[in-house]
Amino acid sequence: MAKYLLKRVLYMLLTLFIIASLTFFLMKIIPGTPFASANKLSPAQLEIMKAKYGLDQPVPVQYAKYIGNLLQGDLGVSFQFNNRSVTDMIVGRLGPSAQLGAQAMILGTIVGILLGIFAALRQNTWVDYSSTFIAVLGKSIPNFVFAGLLQYYVGVKLGWFPVLFWRGFEYTILPTIALSMLPIAIAARFMRTEMIEVLGSDYIMLAKAKGASFFEIAFKHALRNALIPLVTVLGPLAISLMTGSLVIEKIFAIPGLGEQFVASITLNDYPVIMGTTILFAALFVFIILVVDILYGIIDPRIRLSGGSK
Amino acid sequence: MADFEPKIPKDRFRPAEIDSAKSEEINKPSLTFWQDAWMRVRKNKGALVSLIVMALLIIMAFLGPVISGKEFDTQNVRHNNLPPKIQGLENISWLPFDGVKVNKAGKEIDMYEVKKVDEYYWFGTDTLGRDLFTRVWKGTQISLYIALLAAVIDMIIGVAYGAISGYYGGRLDNVMQRITEILVGIPTMIVVILMILVLKPGIISITVALTVTGWVGMARVVRAQTLKLKEQEFVLASKTLGNSDGKIISKHLLPNLAGVIIINTMFTIPNAVFFEAFLSFIGLGLQDPYASLGTLIDEGFKVLRLHPHEMIIPAVIISVIMITFNMLADGLRDALDPKMRD
Amino acid sequence: MENILEVKDLNISFHTFAGEVKAIRGVNFELKKGETLAIVGESGSGKSVTTKAIMRLLPPGNSEIKQGEILFEGKDLAKLSDKQMQKIRGQDISMIFQDPMTSLNPTMTVGKQIMEPLIKHQNMSRSSAMERAVQLLKLVGIPKPELRIKQYPHQFSGGMRQRVVIAIALACNPKVLIADEPTTALDVTIQAQILELMKDLQKKIDTSIIFITHDLGVVANVADRVAVMYGGKIVEIGTVDEVFYNPQHPYTWGLISSMPSLDAKEEELYAIPGTPPNLLHPPKGDAFAPRNEYAMQIDLEEQPPMFKVSDTHYAATWLLHPDAPKVEPPEAVKSRMRKFMGTK
Repeated sequence: MAKYLLKRVLYMLLTLFIIASLTFFLMKIIPGTPFASANKLSPAQLEIMKAKYGLDQPVPVQYAKYIGNLLQGDLGVSFQFNNRSVTDMIVGRLGPSAQLGAQAMILGTIVGILLGIFAALRQNTWVDYSSTFIAVLGKSIPNFVFAGLLQYYVGVKLGWFPVLFWRGFEYTILPTIALSMLPIAIAARFMRTEMIEVLGSDYIMLAKAKGASFFEIAFKHALRNALIPLVTVLGPLAISLMTGSLVIEKIFAIPGLGEQFVASITLNDYPVIMGTTILFAALFVFIILVVDILYGIIDPRIRLSGGSK
Repeated sequence: MADFEPKIPKDRFRPAEIDSAKSEEINKPSLTFWQDAWMRVRKNKGALVSLIVMALLIIMAFLGPVISGKEFDTQNVRHNNLPPKIQGLENISWLPFDGVKVNKAGKEIDMYEVKKVDEYYWFGTDTLGRDLFTRVWKGTQISLYIALLAAVIDMIIGVAYGAISGYYGGRLDNVMQRITEILVGIPTMIVVILMILVLKPGIISITVALTVTGWVGMARVVRAQTLKLKEQEFVLASKTLGNSDGKIISKHLLPNLAGVIIINTMFTIPNAVFFEAFLSFIGLGLQDPYASLGTLIDEGFKVLRLHPHEMIIPAVIISVIMITFNMLADGLRDALDPKMRD
Repeated sequence: MENILEVKDLNISFHTFAGEVKAIRGVNFELKKGETLAIVGESGSGKSVTTKAIMRLLPPGNSEIKQGEILFEGKDLAKLSDKQMQKIRGQDISMIFQDPMTSLNPTMTVGKQIMEPLIKHQNMSRSSAMERAVQLLKLVGIPKPELRIKQYPHQFSGGMRQRVVIAIALACNPKVLIADEPTTALDVTIQAQILELMKDLQKKIDTSIIFITHDLGVVANVADRVAVMYGGKIVEIGTVDEVFYNPQHPYTWGLISSMPSLDAKEEELYAIPGTPPNLLHPPKGDAFAPRNEYAMQIDLEEQPPMFKVSDTHYAATWLLHPDAPKVEPPEAVKSRMRKFMGTK
């Protein structure tokens, strides 16, 4: 188990390294200058600016410096916002994104699991069809469409919840709902399939033969077995949340990482783009690792027999 | 237990004429794998309806710009932000096709009268006075192009990669797997965005981005299935009979892989369509004046409060595309998945 | 000996895409107290369906008990609600299945799975249920039961798992135990152990057993009486001696002939030609007729009733009709008859 962990961590670092390098070189390829209002500067001033940011050095040197800084946690300085350290900028934005992500994850998985369970228990009835339909809708209607519609109809027309910014809990409700639609769809579909498969197994038949009631079978016997594989879906779920946050934050004007990322793209603020990219990648890789470990812990077959399924 | 009234004629106890061939007859009509699958798909009403709707959408995507008589990029600023108006449907007040807008005070105004417009814009116009009907269908064309592209890339690169990796195993498989692991570890979004920044947003960058990252899911699935199939004895039997690797892959493995390939492709398509729309929405997709459903939604979003139709119409179209593909994919998966056999 | 379970004229159909499959077409038998009744037959003959029907475990959506009664302790099980059946399952009638590798819940400890019926049906407290579970594990021959009770199924071997399954089934001292091919998936040596265990437990707990198998050797080992099923009906029923050494139905002849025997003189092993009938369109006459070299014209036209051979032995074949020609059973059957008569 320890060997496996070590291997995974090494992979993680390798992946991050590749992403960081990739990002660096891609930024170098982008034509044009990154400085704000570059056309207002004379060539001489441009040279000074370049020197200040080390952009006049040969590329390999810049690369080495970049990696060196990275290892010390220094993500550089923003080109657009006058010497604000990228790390500062990012850290300041983590809070709202983390909260939004967590809320959407919790709402999404709970609602999704419930929908999936009921669909499986009442297979081929209207309960099944409607829950499957909701799942398909959640997966098909792009979340930015959802967000827009929610914002307009529920927020503006009905006036139930605030539609912009992040000033209190009620501000988080509409964005959370919009962001959770895809996780709900993923979780519901998956739970349904797993539950149906579990419900068809021999040990469930045996439980019935022991006199277990419908609810006992569903929740005491089947659920645990169906829930375990759900952990594998947490990875894609997390991605959907991260990418979803980009648009949701834009629509609801939430001061989070996603919004900053989108803005920095528009402004060509390279250090911020790079820094955020690396952070996202690191987060993602980390989540995958956690999920794998979690799976090994929850499934007694793996936990108690040393690793091979 | 037997009741011997009425007496049974002796004749009935003579030996029976048995056609022994008949007893070995297989009684159920034998269906090929595909006939069986098609039968299941047909039973799934959702999938059938989706198939029909999808066909209609595809037809409209090419027919739409032709029948509207207008170009997608002709600007006519005097005609901007007009609500939809369709001849014949305009007098049905509860349908949104009467060219009428509800202003802030709740009053209904016929915008076409106000702006003195004679022509009919079936889906209305956008902020620059461009005909939305034409733009929406042009945008659908883009989405369908992306769909096709994603499918083709998946099938060519993804299948080849996965099948080779799975079939040959050993060191080759190891190396190929390491590569995919790393590729998978990098969030697709990141690669795509970086790629697009470099290549300038547009249809080419989206194409390249999809090519680089889109096939990995298919490769994994194909590899897993190949590994499973490899273990089965019919492959061993084929080898023993002297078939070359290439022949085994194409004659035996591919047909059995067809199921997972189709299912996976059907699921990749809506993801790709969504992807493009997503990128366009955050400004990294197609640029003006080209229209994709994503850009239309983005533009419409900006004026959602005032002119909801500009966002709602493309939103509905893209949702329908996604729904039909997903339902069809679900239906195909249920039909082709052997686990759900009777 | 009184009857503890009586099945009368049971008819069960499945509604499938292709139409109605008449899986059970008029089955009658009784189970006497304390005895072991074996049910043998090919796949598709209806053995499992019959026993699942007794437990009312058939999928409710597409199966239907069209006719018949299942009498147990004065109640007709065919007419009880699911809630009422839940009280009977695991407590009065228990069932064990074929594959021990999939019969146990992989994420629940073995102890919990044994304690479940104890707590539910007998209202035991957790601690007394735990004690009883340990006792049961000892009873079925699992060493170090106090330790094993906290372990998960994957930590047991196949034979051990089947013992656990038996322990679960017998936890509440049921009156009837239905065993659906419990040893088919096990190695021959383990098989022997499990059969010995079951016979032993039957004496201790005094339960009546219905034992489904396709293996005549197992029948000879454990059963008192045996019923032969074919095409959804019972074609012959009697004591083990009667059916093995004086079989009357051509299908039974076929089964016995196809058993390998150490002192058989024939070089070829006999196999019954043909395939079982399609119950989507059940035949008008005797279902076995197409594969029966002794078939008569009447076999193709009308289903034979049960003819009495002795008080305990019945067979459903027109060959037993007084007007039917006398036929000689195949040599393999005759040599067994001779051997048996010789030892009497």
